[in-house]
Formats: sequence, structure tokens, C-alpha cells
Amino acid sequence: MTEQLLFWVFAILTCGGALAVVVTQNVVRMAFWLVVSLGSVAALFFLLHADFLGAAQLLIYVGGTVVLLVFGVMLTASGHTIKVQTTPAETLLGCGVGLLLLCVLVFGINSVEWSDVASRIPKAGDSAAVTDHAEDVRLESAVTSAKSDESRDKAKNAQEAVLARRQSGRTLRQLGLSFFGLRPDRNLNQEAGKPLAPGYLLPFEIISIHLLVVLVGAAYLARAKRRVTPGLEADL
Amino acid sequence: MDGVGLEAYLIVGAVLFVCGIVCMATKRNAIGVLMGVELVLNGANVNFVAFSRFTPLGLDGQATALFVVVLAAAEAAVALAIALNYYNNHLTIDVDRGNELHG
Amino acid sequence: MSGPLAVLTLENYFASVLKSCADSETVAMVAFVLAALTHAALLLGLFGGLPVFYIWLERKVAGRIQDRLGPTRVGGKFGWLQTIADGIKLIQKEDLVPKDADSLVFRMAPYLAGVASFVAFMVLPVADGWVGVAAECGAFLILALMSLEVLGIILAGYSSGSKWALFGAMREAAQMVSYEIPMAICALIPLLIAGSLNLQVVGRMQSGGFWNWFIFHDPFAFFAFFCYFTVATASVKRAPFDLAEAESELVAGFHTEYSGFRWSIFFLAEYASMFAVSGIAVLLFLGGWETGSGIETVIFGGGEGSGLRSWWKDVPIRGFGLGSYIANLFAVHVFVIKASLLVTLQIWVRWTLPRLRIDQVMTTCLKYLVPISCFLFLGAVLWPLILASTNGRPVVFGNALKSVVSSGSGSAPTVARTNSEVTR
Repeated sequence: MTEQLLFWVFAILTCGGALAVVVTQNVVRMAFWLVVSLGSVAALFFLLHADFLGAAQLLIYVGGTVVLLVFGVMLTASGHTIKVQTTPAETLLGCGVGLLLLCVLVFGINSVEWSDVASRIPKAGDSAAVTDHAEDVRLESAVTSAKSDESRDKAKNAQEAVLARRQSGRTLRQLGLSFFGLRPDRNLNQEAGKPLAPGYLLPFEIISIHLLVVLVGAAYLARAKRRVTPGLEADL
Repeated sequence: MDGVGLEAYLIVGAVLFVCGIVCMATKRNAIGVLMGVELVLNGANVNFVAFSRFTPLGLDGQATALFVVVLAAAEAAVALAIALNYYNNHLTIDVDRGNELHG
Repeated sequence: MSGPLAVLTLENYFASVLKSCADSETVAMVAFVLAALTHAALLLGLFGGLPVFYIWLERKVAGRIQDRLGPTRVGGKFGWLQTIADGIKLIQKEDLVPKDADSLVFRMAPYLAGVASFVAFMVLPVADGWVGVAAECGAFLILALMSLEVLGIILAGYSSGSKWALFGAMREAAQMVSYEIPMAICALIPLLIAGSLNLQVVGRMQSGGFWNWFIFHDPFAFFAFFCYFTVATASVKRAPFDLAEAESELVAGFHTEYSGFRWSIFFLAEYASMFAVSGIAVLLFLGGWETGSGIETVIFGGGEGSGLRSWWKDVPIRGFGLGSYIANLFAVHVFVIKASLLVTLQIWVRWTLPRLRIDQVMTTCLKYLVPISCFLFLGAVLWPLILASTNGRPVVFGNALKSVVSSGSGSAPTVARTNSEVTR
């Protein structure tokens, strides 16, 4: 119930922020609404038991990328460029097409029976893979059944397990290990002889090289060549 | 505790995605277009993480989402450098004015 | 068990009190909301109370350094109530929004900065098990949350519609984007020693004598502390790095156009983040909530269930022991005093050193602090390997490895164990 309440608050903030980004014409206000939207997405990640990802979202997106964007706005906005208007016809057309796309997506989402999707996904090489959500449901039912049995110790244990679970997004170590090519969530309980699930060592390496290339490339692209923005460069 | 299902998160992701697409299509400010890209990537990320919680895909969704976040940061840095270059050459940030190669 | 479940104890308590009133689902929700509100109120007290003291301290220290007396009139001989008087004055002032300002962003920006500074307190453990959110990736989360304050300041400066505020915001943006890098790298060094991002585990590993503190773990960690403290001072934009304000050049920098209550929120946020970064420094390098003299072991007994800590357990709330409550209360005071000493150091530095120029600030960061912190990080990684191959054990003195084993079963592993037990 609490989770539901929190979900609705942050879902509305996310969608409202995103809509405000589209509707607003002023770039700085767009950045503000983008912060609202992306911050709420981070909160949704916390609700989805992805603590590390939520923190990464806050650090990289809200604290990094948006600061960079606002920095870009400050370097480029001078009077006439702060409000570059689109004509009403273009806006109307864009919103109409967007609304159609949204209708298609929502129709697509609603036409799938999601309640048993977990059972229809082929298990990737191991039998012990259970969804985070299914684990929650199982623990909750353990609590209620233990209550009906009036076995107080069992009820308390199960209750504490539920509460402790609710507190932890527990994905940090697993994520870290998977970037080193190990998959504790898949390989710990599987029988010997079966092929091990692949980790993410290669993508991780590729992405780190990619970041280095981007760093050099961005520095090369952004270096002052012909003319510099008067006034700002002198003070920076 | 199981009041919110997968659909709710997918719809939030869809709204983010559509807002991003519309933002990319209608904004004429290059940085506004960049913000649209961020929204699209976040919509995809919400889906990834929701699937990682509600299906046995498990960690895969979160790892992919993490890669998306990192790539988005890299993309923003390069795109911003390009936008600054564009501003230095054209003295405007309006993407419709970059039509010099127009035949 | 008391560690991660300290928050839940309160929730259980409320649930048991309310049990007779309504059906179970409503009770669970009301209990959760009540527990959350109680914790929020406690944290808000810390967030609001400490800056009041630090602002008084700043004036007093500044006065003494400049051979003045500082505040002397309001509230007795030492001017104890000076900050309160300031606060009352500020609330009474008119809430101005300049004509050129972007009024929505201008109004919201102080709250963005204030909230970002407040939520950092949420993951800062003030004693063993006393933490708002016992996140597994607490250290990462707190760095992430603290980086959000910058955004409020940049938006404030940009939306003011004044060139001084814009310059302040530009400088702040440039400074922050650069200083976050060495800050994260320096914070990584003790986390690497601890092998955990959980700030409670990091704190617990440094219990016992001061030789267990991570600052004395290896020479690289020792220098990393000073590097971190420099960068942290810069990241809360204190002098000599207060280029975003720079009173002598930019009028008042990013908050030139602000007045009254919104202005005071910026200051609340600044002093609160001074405490937050000092608190992180204390947790990561200086032994967290323990004095380092071993006096806790003498008074309260060693582990969780022995000595005074085990005294009067489960009364009146299950999982709540009065003995461990007193021990934790002592620990909170130790933690706050340690962090306050670091804040005092920041104040001292502010009134002693002249301000750097903006190009000097950027040079200090990008040409000196980033390479130095990278070198320290590399050294801290290699240190245990070198020691293990030459000395036979990965530490010179202290018992860092042993305490991993004994205290590692504190929070996250406990949770994991209960889970697996229930699963079976």
C-alpha cells in the first residue's frame, strides 16, 4: 500500500516533468523539469529494488549530465537564443503524432497478459532463477500463513525477513561481480556440468575504452579554435 | 505490497519515451533536442529495470540499464561539444539554421 | 540484528500499538508513515540544529581570528542566540523576485539546494545502526545526493537575471564538475580498504583503537585524507575555494539577488553540507562514531550482546535495548563532535587563507588534485599486494582483516542469512 502510494507520487512526477519538458519553451525551465523527471525516475529505480542503479542515475544523470546541459545552456544562451520558438502548427503536429504513438504503446502494453509473463520466459540455463517480485510475494504469503497458524516465532522471522528485504536493494555485489564475468544470481545454485551464464566483462571493458575515447573526443571538439564567446572565456 | 505491477511501470516508460520523441521532434534548440534524447533513454531504462524485477531475467536488466546510463553520459558530453562548436560557428543554437550543406 | 532493523523496530512498535484500531493493512501503512515521519523529524532536527550552531561558531571564530569579540549581546555573554536572531530577521524580510528573473526557477532553486543537502543526512550513519536509510551502496548514494546541491546553485545563479549571479553560477558549474572527480577517487580509497560501500560496515571496521582508523591504514590513505578534505572544502564552496560567491568580485555571486527566507535556505544548506562532508570524512578515515581510545569497550562491553549493551533488552519495544540505546547516544555525540572539529577546521581555514583565482582553482584541481588522487588510489591498490609479498601480511599494524571477519556479519550478510533461512 505504501509502495503503491510512493509509486503513484513518483510516476506522476516523472510523467508530469517529462510533459513539462515538452511543453516549456524556455531552455532553463526545461532543464529544471528534466531534473524533476529524472530524479523521480531514480526514485522509481529505488522502488524497483535497484539501489545501485538509482544512485547511479542520481550521480550521473542528475548530478552530471544535467549540470553539463545547463552549462551548455549558459554558454550558448544569449538573449535571442534563450527562446527559440516552434510554430504552433509544428507543435500541434508533433503532439498529435506523439499522442498516436502513446496510444499504440499503451494498447500494446495492455494487449499482453503480464501476470504470468514470468512463467513464459525460458529459464536461461538454471532452475533457481526466481524473480525479485515473486520472492516478495512468497515471503508475504509466508507471513500471512504463519499468522494464521499462530506460530509466533515463525511469523516474526518471516516478518523480519520481509522488512529486511524491503530495506535492501541487494544488487550492488551481484552487479559488481557480473561486470567481472561472474553471475552469482545464476551460477550459484546450478548443477555441475551445465554451461555458466555469461557475465559482462567484455561490454564493461568496451564501455570503459569508449568513455576514454569520448573524453578525448569531447575535449578535442570543444576546444576553442577561432572565436571564443566574449566575456565568458575571460572569466572562466 | 504487490499492488503495482509491471504494466504500470511500462506505461510510465512509454510516457517518458513519447515525451522524449516529441521533444526531439519539436524543439529547435539543440540542447532541447539533447534533453529529448535523455528522456527517451530513461524511458527505456525504466522498462529494463521493471523487467529485471518482475521477470526471471534478473540482473540482466539492471546491468543493461547501467550501460545505458553510462552511454547516455558519454553521448551528452560529445553532443554538447558539438553544440558548442555549432554555436561558435553559427552564433545560434537553432538546429534549423544548420542548412549550409543544403543543395 | 539491531543494525539494519533499527528503523524497523519503530515501525514494529507503532504497528503493535495500533494493532487494535484497524485492519492489518491500514495499520502497516500508518505505522510505516509514522516511523518515517519520526525519523524525518529527527534528521530535520540535526539538519536544522547543527547549522545554527556552526553559523554562531563561524562568527565567533572569525571574530577571534580578526582580534574582535564576535557576537556578544544576544543571549548572554557569548551571543549564543545570535543565529536565532538572524533567522528571525531573515524570515521577516520581504521575499523579492527581480523583474528579470525567471520566477519559477528562481523560487524553486533554493529548495532544490536545501533538499539535496538534507537528503544526504538520510544515508549518513551517526552511530552503529542509527541511520535513516541503511543502503548497501550508502557511500555511493551520499556522494550522488551531495552532487545534486550544485544544480540548485547553478539554477539559482542562472535564473536570477543578473550578470554577477550568472558568473557565480558558471564558476560553480566549472568548479563542481571538476572537483567531483578527485573527491570520488579519494573517497574510493577507504572504501577499497573496507571492501564495502556500506557506510555502517566501513564505520564498524574502524572500531577499537585509533590505529584501526583507515587514515593510519597505509601512507596512501593518510595522504588521501588530506586530499579528500581539500576537495571536500572546495565542493562545499568554502574559502579558499568560494569562487561562486566571491564577495570582493561578484557582489555575492550566485545569491546576489536573493534575500530573506530563500537566502537563508542557501546558508542552511551550505553549513549542513559542511557537516555532511566532514561526517563522510570522519566515517571514511577517522574511525566513525568511536573515540579511538577503546573507552567504549571499557564502558559498554565489546560486542552487540555483552556488557552494558545487553542491559534491559526488549523493553518496552522488541529489539530495542536501553543499554545499547545509551551506547549509541554516546556514539552520536562522539560522531557529531568529531565532525564539528573538522567543520571548525574549515572555518579556521576560511579566515586564514586568501581566496584563489578561478584559473588557480581549476589548475589546482585538474593539474594537481586529479593526478595526485589517481596516484594515491593506485598506491592504495598496490600497497596490500606489496606488503603481502614482502611482509607476509597485508597490513603493517592493526587488525583490519580480522575485523572484516568479525564485523562483516553486521548488516548486509545478516539480512542475506535471514533470507536464506526463511527460504529453507
